[in-house]
Amino acid sequence: MTALLWAGVVVLGGFGSFLRYWVDAQVSHRFGRTFPWGILVINVSGAFALGVVTGLALAPDVALLAGTATVGAYTTFSTWVLDTQRLAEERAWRAAVANLVVSTVLGLAAVAGGLAVGGLFA
Amino acid sequence: MAMPHREELPGPSAGVRHDPRAVAAIVVGGALGTLARAALGQAWTHDPTTWPWATFVVNLVAAAVLGWTVTWLAVHRPRSKYRRPLIGTGLCGGLSTFSTMQLEIVRMLQAHAVLLAVGYTLVSIATGVAAAQLGTTLARRGAR
Repeated sequence: MTALLWAGVVVLGGFGSFLRYWVDAQVSHRFGRTFPWGILVINVSGAFALGVVTGLALAPDVALLAGTATVGAYTTFSTWVLDTQRLAEERAWRAAVANLVVSTVLGLAAVAGGLAVGGLFA
Repeated sequence: MAMPHREELPGPSAGVRHDPRAVAAIVVGGALGTLARAALGQAWTHDPTTWPWATFVVNLVAAAVLGWTVTWLAVHRPRSKYRRPLIGTGLCGGLSTFSTMQLEIVRMLQAHAVLLAVGYTLVSIATGVAAAQLGTTLARRGAR
């Protein structure tokens, strides 16, 4: 059972990463790459999804698969901070600061909203 | 100003998009990164009033490795179709997480650990950007 659980983590982690790549491609195609809109959409939507999953108060194994593995792989911290570092390097200070502040504020609001929504169905 | 380094950034580019090898590399890298993060998270648990070391460490490591990888590959392997998807989009993207970090911050606030929440947020962001910068700098030095 434990082996099956970790196999699930591997499969869903791969799926979450593919989903991030796909959503980033769609958003970047539509809104361009002057600002990392794709990662913003991914991180905020993922924060909401993790809030919902957590609010549902699922069994620990299911929460590990749906939350930690799938949603965790879908969202990214590393690309978010590297995008910010590159914006700062290009002296696009407002975009760099906006990327940090907007993601954080919307991300926290999305988690709180997700927890409330998930709690309705728990 | 448009971003001249944008082509160095991870994510789909003209050469990566719709390339089955790149997609396979993202899935494999993402699976491995997620496994490492999930295992560390299970082994290194925390409650809402303590520092979430597991998330903090994987995020910093992924930021440094991503900065190094993207920069180094742009110099040495600009035509590689699968290295950046494998290590950058896949491994580092799967290893690091934004959503778990945000959930941890909300849990801290709910537990009235406001200073911890503010400190974790600011320290994660500051050290994360610094880690991406460090990886970038090391790759550029090595490239000379």
